[in-house]
Amino acid sequence: MESFVTCVRLSAVTLFVCVGGYILLILGFAQLFCPESANGSLVVRSDGVVVGSRLLAQGFTAPRYFWPRPSAVGWNAAGAGGSNKSPTNPDLTVRAKGTVAAFGATPTQPLPAELAAASGSGLDPHLTERGALYQVARVAAARGLPEAEIRELVLRCAFSPGGGLTHSRLVNVLEVNLALDGAR
Amino acid sequence: MDAITLIALVVGGSAALSWPLGRYMRWAMDPITMNRPAARVDRWFRAIGGRAAQAGQDWQQYCVALLVFNVVMFSLSFGFMALQEWLPLNPDGKTALEGSLVFNTAASFTTNTNLQHYSGEVSMSHLSQLCALMWPQFVAAATGIAALTAMARGLAGRPTLGNFYVDLQRATFLVLLPMAVVVAVLNVLGGMPMTLAGAVKALTLEGPEQVIARGPVAAFVAIKQLGTNGGGFFGSNSTHPFENPGFFTSLVSTVAIVLIPMACVWMFGRVVGRVRHATVLFVVMMVLLLAKAGAAFAGENAPTQAFLGLPIAMDVSNLEGKELRFGAAAGPLWAVLTTCTSNGSVNCMHDSLNPLTGLAPMIGMWLNATFGGVGVGMINMFLYVVLAVFLAGMMVGRTPEYLNRRVEMHEVKLAVLAMFTHALFILGGTALFAASPWGAGTLNNTGAHGFSEMLYEFSSAAANNGSGFEGLGDNTVPWNVATGLVMLLARYIPILLPLAIAGSLAKKRATAQSAGTLGVESVTFGVMLLATILFLGALTFFPAAALGPVAEHLQFMK
Repeated sequence: MESFVTCVRLSAVTLFVCVGGYILLILGFAQLFCPESANGSLVVRSDGVVVGSRLLAQGFTAPRYFWPRPSAVGWNAAGAGGSNKSPTNPDLTVRAKGTVAAFGATPTQPLPAELAAASGSGLDPHLTERGALYQVARVAAARGLPEAEIRELVLRCAFSPGGGLTHSRLVNVLEVNLALDGAR
Repeated sequence: MDAITLIALVVGGSAALSWPLGRYMRWAMDPITMNRPAARVDRWFRAIGGRAAQAGQDWQQYCVALLVFNVVMFSLSFGFMALQEWLPLNPDGKTALEGSLVFNTAASFTTNTNLQHYSGEVSMSHLSQLCALMWPQFVAAATGIAALTAMARGLAGRPTLGNFYVDLQRATFLVLLPMAVVVAVLNVLGGMPMTLAGAVKALTLEGPEQVIARGPVAAFVAIKQLGTNGGGFFGSNSTHPFENPGFFTSLVSTVAIVLIPMACVWMFGRVVGRVRHATVLFVVMMVLLLAKAGAAFAGENAPTQAFLGLPIAMDVSNLEGKELRFGAAAGPLWAVLTTCTSNGSVNCMHDSLNPLTGLAPMIGMWLNATFGGVGVGMINMFLYVVLAVFLAGMMVGRTPEYLNRRVEMHEVKLAVLAMFTHALFILGGTALFAASPWGAGTLNNTGAHGFSEMLYEFSSAAANNGSGFEGLGDNTVPWNVATGLVMLLARYIPILLPLAIAGSLAKKRATAQSAGTLGVESVTFGVMLLATILFLGALTFFPAAALGPVAEHLQFMK
């Protein structure tokens, strides 16, 4: 009985400090110094409407936009997840065939693999530079703009996620699409 | 970044940091020389603990205190979740959860497992996330560190194992909390959300609405990683851009996964007064870790097999279930680290790993002593040490000794029993579910990979890991009850039995070291220990591995 009372007391103290105190401390720090990312890195239009989060992919299907990687959950940001299919699962072949058709990939112009592979969260906001450049012709045609202009925009948006530590260059799909709409 | 640089940076960096941290943890957990600040802090802890926290405990009293606290932790966690509908901090109006799911989740977080049969952003209110899940992430991890400290005291021949109530507070307030604050600040700076507000509705560029779930993620993720908990704020864990926004947060998380488990080895060595012995253990664990990491990198280099023959560029590694921002090498390394330790967070979907890559995390959970969970990993390694010492003693025909105390039938029996239950839970559970509709009806992949899904789930529960082949439809009553029970038994049996061994060894008279004593600080002992681990592991689990990942590899990989 004595040990039970002691344990309840320890629970109360640890709850108070490790949940109450700790959360308030980090919350205060975050909201004070990084309010933008602490609230979800939201992109807000000039009229105050939230159009998405810079960190999260959203669905794009129109030819005039760059398309993100496939999502097993339909870019659901309130229920993220991957396909959880084994890389040997024939279901993936079926899905990939659909993706190949949507992009119009051919053996001479093969699809970069990331555009056929669903991300772990279903919300991967990025493409590789290669995956974005692959879509330049379609976007340019749909917008009636010269390909060189779109290509230059992609290259301008590309960045290295690890600074000097990574070789690959990525493009944030929502940001490049916002830039496209801005350039229109 | 290429694989070798990443391993060198993460594993080397963590190993370097673990040395000073081990020193600090020894100072915090087992203060012998009572200098003024330590004495004052200890007085508070004794005051908070009350009368029960004043005296030292023998191994039985220590175990009772540990169990009672864990019962209280389980009950509170269960209560917070069961009542979430009516409690505050529920901005998105989450409703009640199904009973067996609440049982499974409370068991999961109390046992430092963090197996998740729910999806955080779908099912849990902010209050449940913080009080039912994040609070146990502190105190369940602290329970493990306390148990290790007590075991080490017994092996050092102290008159008592210490006091659980004081140890728990030391581990929580002096070790986990300060480190969590540092990592949480880094997470915030890395771009993780940290808000108590609910979901926000976005109007996407093409028109459809996107509901964006948010919450106090940065603080949650810090202790999730440091305490080898691994339970994500979001269902997709550290693949989620909010839970792991970029390359640098991924790096911080990867280090946080292994740091305390590594430091626990040094702390153990310092408490028993044998740092050179701890060095041997550390090197053995490191060899196992690097072997698994190397195998995982090699396995994951193969492109996604299902895309063969389609007009898809096959010049990159398997990207199904991976995020681009972490780089290609991050997935397999994380998968190995998170299962070497009993963390269980993921930064890629393990179900979508290439077959043999998926075997690497399973081996991590089967051995469960490559640094392992905070505190308990080193305790598991102790069981292997007892067996290795015993086997070596048999080979040379001498009564085996460990740290100057005779290891006899009683101790070896207990160690074998602990090992045996681990294997029984994994293989028995998988066999039961593979042979019944409980398992077969819940698979997301067919054939050998479907078997792997079940094998992985029981391995994860029995190793108190928490990762999964998440395609498995595991939120059913049979899965919830079975894995819930396995998690509880597989947590407390391998804590209580080693404490019993330590208690029994502590009572024995110290023997004098002689020329014939097996030195536990030598390379020979390291090799003997490594061989014991590998033979035991291989003999126990090879048939299951052959039916799952190996069969799938042979069948499909070209």
